[in-house]
Amino acid sequence: MTRRRRAMLVAMLVLSLGGAEAVGPGERRSGFDDMAPETRAMQLDDMANPGMLWVAEGEAAWRRPAGPAGRSCAGCHGEAEASMRGIATRHPGWDQAAARPISLEDRINLCRRERQGGEPFAPESDDLLALSAYVAHQSRGMPIALPDDPRLTPFREQGRHIFEQRRGQLNLSCAQCHEEHAGRRLAGSVIPQGHPTGYPIYRLEWQSLGSLRRRLRNCTVGVRSEPLDEQEAVALELFLMFRANGMPMESPAIRP
Amino acid sequence: MARTLINLPRSARRGEVIEIRTLIAHPMETGYRPDASGAVVPRDIIRRFACTYDGEEVFRAEFFPAIAANPFLAFTTIATASGTLTFTWEGDNGFVQTETASITVT
Ligand code: HEC
Ligand code: HEC
Repeated sequence: MTRRRRAMLVAMLVLSLGGAEAVGPGERRSGFDDMAPETRAMQLDDMANPGMLWVAEGEAAWRRPAGPAGRSCAGCHGEAEASMRGIATRHPGWDQAAARPISLEDRINLCRRERQGGEPFAPESDDLLALSAYVAHQSRGMPIALPDDPRLTPFREQGRHIFEQRRGQLNLSCAQCHEEHAGRRLAGSVIPQGHPTGYPIYRLEWQSLGSLRRRLRNCTVGVRSEPLDEQEAVALELFLMFRANGMPMESPAIRP
Repeated sequence: MARTLINLPRSARRGEVIEIRTLIAHPMETGYRPDASGAVVPRDIIRRFACTYDGEEVFRAEFFPAIAANPFLAFTTIATASGTLTFTWEGDNGFVQTETASITVT
């Protein structure tokens, strides 16, 4: 049997187990709750959590002068513990110039380009992951708090539509796995509810830190779908954050 | 230079068993993995780790390709005197990294 047919069969078997209701606010579970006790312990111990290596690197980058004016992030924003507290709980956030929501990574790159006059960091580069881990870490333990901003509504609804739409050669929607079949198994993995509480995450499978965008790419590739474009991806991220509103941030989380 | 995190108590009583924990950023590339073009990515791992306490070796480890990226180590030693602990990781491609930490023993 080809790998593709096997994957389809697995998916059909899993999804023939019957439907269920959408995940209600009281039953929301972070992917953390589905992890093995050893992996949870690794996340909770800052000395064993490899994501903290990026946080430490990000703290150094925060203070490093860059660009023609030699300004550091700290030069404008001061101590990140105060100025960046809660920022990750409200991203993707509205960007006036772009007239659309942008991710935390894009926000950092905007400052990098326009305020520091530096070269923007490449997506998924260690530099960008380090700064985003450092900024997101300042929100650890805080509830996700996307504002009820009417400008965000159409993007959130677009994200919801993508979440519910069947896609790819396997013809599966995000919701089929992450709502109807959450808690069940797909091969060896528990299907989590798919909440974006821990990003950037240190994924053991990646042996590295990675962004929410990378995680979503894994899931879209998994159903053999066309990749999402930038605007779709940010709308989906926005919807996922709204769906997880009130859940505590864990950055940098560990995931299997 | 690779980023490291080292954790040990700042102070201890003489004779106390102390726990030391280290993390280092390193890809631990196994040498068996093909890249996107099918070519095998050359091995790039840490081979050895040693911890000395005022010059005396108190812990040593050998590393192999099956060890995960960004390796974490936890080990113990006995606090004997105030002094310096030196941590050295050595590996492929001339990789050497040394870090130090001090401890006060009363
Ligand atoms: C020259 C000053 C300056 C520098 C340097 C600078 N920023 Fe900013 N940054 C700003 C200003 C001003 C804003 C507010 C922009 C706005 O709200 O439109 C901002 C906004 C932000 C935000 C969004 C905050 C929010 O409330 O949503 C983040 C995150 C951020 N900066 C991160 C960084 C990082 C990381 C660096 C270093 C790579 C950096 N900034 C460098 C001036 C700066
Ligand atoms: C075939 C089932 C399936 C589909 C369809 C699917 N996912 Fe996933 N998703 C998974 C599994 C399984 C994991 C956990 C992976 C692991 O632990 O190896 C996961 C993980 C995630 C996570 C990480 C959660 C965390 O705790 O960090 C997010 C976010 C996510 N998916 C979002 C999505 C989105 C958005 C879509 C639609 C574009 C989608 N997924 C489609 C099965 C699926």
